[in-house]
Amino acid sequence: MRIELQNIHKHYGMIKANNGVNLTIEPGTIHGILGENGAGKSTLMKILAGFCNQTSGTILLDKKAVTYLNPAQASTYGIGMLYQDPFDFPLLTVLDNFMTGLAHGLKNKKKRFKKLFLEYSKNLKFHLNLDTQVKNLTIGERQQLEIIRLLALGIQVLILDEPTTGISSIQKEVLFTALIKLASEGRSIILVSHKLEDVEALCHSVTVLRQGKVSGKMNAPFNTEKLLKMMFETLPASPSRLKNIPGKKIIHLDGISVKGGRTGLKDCTIKIRQKEIVGLAGLEGSGQGVFLRAAAGLTNPYRGRIHVQDSELSGMDYRIYRDRGISFLPGSRLEEGLITGLSITEHYALKKKHGEFFVKWRNVEKNSARGIDLFRIKGSIESQVEELSGGNQQRLLLSLLPPDPLLLLLENPTRGLDMESMLWVWEHLQRYCESDTGIVFSSSELDEILMFADRVLVFFNGRIIKNLKTDQTDIHTLGRAIAGKN
Amino acid sequence: MTDYYRTIKEIIFALVIVFTFTTLVLLAAGAPPFEAYYHIFKGALGSWIRFSHVIKTWIPLTLCACGLLYTFRINLWNIGIEGQMMMGAVFTTACLRFGLESPVQPLFLWFSFAAGITGGAIWAFGAGFLKTKGGVNEIFAGLGLNFVAQGIILWLIFGPWKRPGVASMSGTEIFPHTMWLPHLTSIRLSPVGLGLVTLALVITALMLRYTRIGLYLKAIGNNPNAARIFGIKRAKYMLIAMLFAGGFAGLAGSLQVTGVYHRLLPAISSNYGYLALLVVMLANYNIWLAPFIAFFFACLNVGSIQLPMVLQLDSSLSGVIQGSLVLAALAVHAWRTFRKDNSHRGIE
Repeated sequence: MRIELQNIHKHYGMIKANNGVNLTIEPGTIHGILGENGAGKSTLMKILAGFCNQTSGTILLDKKAVTYLNPAQASTYGIGMLYQDPFDFPLLTVLDNFMTGLAHGLKNKKKRFKKLFLEYSKNLKFHLNLDTQVKNLTIGERQQLEIIRLLALGIQVLILDEPTTGISSIQKEVLFTALIKLASEGRSIILVSHKLEDVEALCHSVTVLRQGKVSGKMNAPFNTEKLLKMMFETLPASPSRLKNIPGKKIIHLDGISVKGGRTGLKDCTIKIRQKEIVGLAGLEGSGQGVFLRAAAGLTNPYRGRIHVQDSELSGMDYRIYRDRGISFLPGSRLEEGLITGLSITEHYALKKKHGEFFVKWRNVEKNSARGIDLFRIKGSIESQVEELSGGNQQRLLLSLLPPDPLLLLLENPTRGLDMESMLWVWEHLQRYCESDTGIVFSSSELDEILMFADRVLVFFNGRIIKNLKTDQTDIHTLGRAIAGKN
Repeated sequence: MTDYYRTIKEIIFALVIVFTFTTLVLLAAGAPPFEAYYHIFKGALGSWIRFSHVIKTWIPLTLCACGLLYTFRINLWNIGIEGQMMMGAVFTTACLRFGLESPVQPLFLWFSFAAGITGGAIWAFGAGFLKTKGGVNEIFAGLGLNFVAQGIILWLIFGPWKRPGVASMSGTEIFPHTMWLPHLTSIRLSPVGLGLVTLALVITALMLRYTRIGLYLKAIGNNPNAARIFGIKRAKYMLIAMLFAGGFAGLAGSLQVTGVYHRLLPAISSNYGYLALLVVMLANYNIWLAPFIAFFFACLNVGSIQLPMVLQLDSSLSGVIQGSLVLAALAVHAWRTFRKDNSHRGIE
């Protein structure tokens, strides 16, 4: 089936996730969609799969304009999507999962579906035990199950969203072989990825998105340099980086491995010093969040040691890290950072040292008013945090940080902020470093890391694969590293 | 202020649902609905005696509601409040029995309040411990402990504490007058009970508004993840909330023994704990609305006792009204969260 997307727009309020995208995919090909986080790839694919509707624009299937309202309708047109976390029923067996949505009526059709399943898996060289419960499968195996289920539904267009994140290299090979096979049978495969390596290995053609628009197209064989240029906009590096000389060691992570997130964190050894600003780069969910939480003492590593200054804190409670001056600022503001239903003043009351029985509301209100003034938060002391805009929520979170921390661990501190707010935040953060604080922050913007960090750690699949001084690297080297290339 | 208006609007909405539904039921049963309402009203507020019955129901309801405000604040469903009230009554009875031989019986009356509070708190701590250490949902733990408490009461009444010669559902032997809560004969009410309820309301309001405990309960209830990052111990404050809830429920049980029945009965808690859950939900977790809602519920409870006699209606009508109140309260609750979710989406 030939797919044409014409002038697709998708707006969420002021944000234009897709801003006039044109895309053509020929039948029997594997087409890659490349782009940074937030470039609009996932939105575009969700529109194609019927998961959400475009604001404007047309979808043509074999030159006929179609509209559908949900994924079920999309699948009747032969379009199916494999999500990052496949939707399945963990407690059912593989066979029962396969039959869900396919088998109708009261008759027991297990035998027939068993045969059907085995045919598909033989064709694709998948090896799945039909009687295993799905909760015992790896992500790679769940993907295989979902692919077979989609094929049995009769889909002709298969969309895969970051399919190689979190699966082993052997499973990746099996998956790629299967995809090539499916394309050779005349199906269209769309592969959404950050990873150049995967796209180059598999795709016949590639479309690159940047800020909701198509920034370039290319057919195989690919030129890596050109693709990187299409993916990352280059901004002139700002001179505003501090030239502090790092001081004494603050924290030493010694070979720690931590569970959590999509990838966990494996074998991480790193030292952070005073006055140092360290940026964490990598695809979202490559281990940066786990790293920050482990360094903050929120999750305990199952292997390795953590030293803070001269004492070992491995396995100790988060509050001990906190008392030592380690502050963590989570990326999801309303989920982990702030408490909905509580006012700004109540947040200031939470920040204060515990121990007293009564809250001294008058003092807290004074502090809160001072904070609002100092951090230019648009809101009053009575405002509930969910009434604030994202930028003001971030300012509030920053204003709640202690005045003289040892180490600040910031998860995406400027995400969703406009340029002016971002610069304001950094001005504020740099002031910390003048007084011996170390800062570690994650960001999906390489420009930001190059602009403000002294050192950059690149995460890939739960490992730190690069540890570079920012003045000894550039956006292309980092872009390559992020995509898993050396 | 707008919050108050909204809450009152919701209550009126729930009441309209309830009365429409009840009227339909009464019509279907062939009974005159307005006459039935009139008799409920008259049955509850028609005389001092009846009014004093309403107040006797109102006291434990309001005490339990006070306790539940702590647990709801931290997002715990303390359905075990019923059992906590029963254990308050058991501990109170035990304390009074111990004091029977003593020359200073009235002193034991005062000790018995402390005993009741302790009993309720122990039972609540049990559910809280299972929740925080064992990961058992507080609803299941609470329900389980309710059955255990009921079992203990029955065992005591028919076993160790049975009346000399007879053991019956009518309970243990009545305590001597010296161990009754002093009450004013002119209004047939005990000023001590009323005083304790007022005290409970004031203490709860102060705790929730002006102390760190109140602030932390709210913080954990609204967002446990963020509260953790602020360095607040979730398990500790869950236990504290349970202790307060159990304490107030225990006191309610204590007053049932010393002020109302003067003995231990199988139905000593009269389902007031369960009813208090609804009171608090209908009051939108607002402490100053809760006593009024509790009063309304108490009127319904007392007023409907009259119905079988005057209108030959089955007394289960009160059950119908309360049942539909449960549903209406849940509907209002769902409606509120639905609207809250929507308004959140509006911001993003």
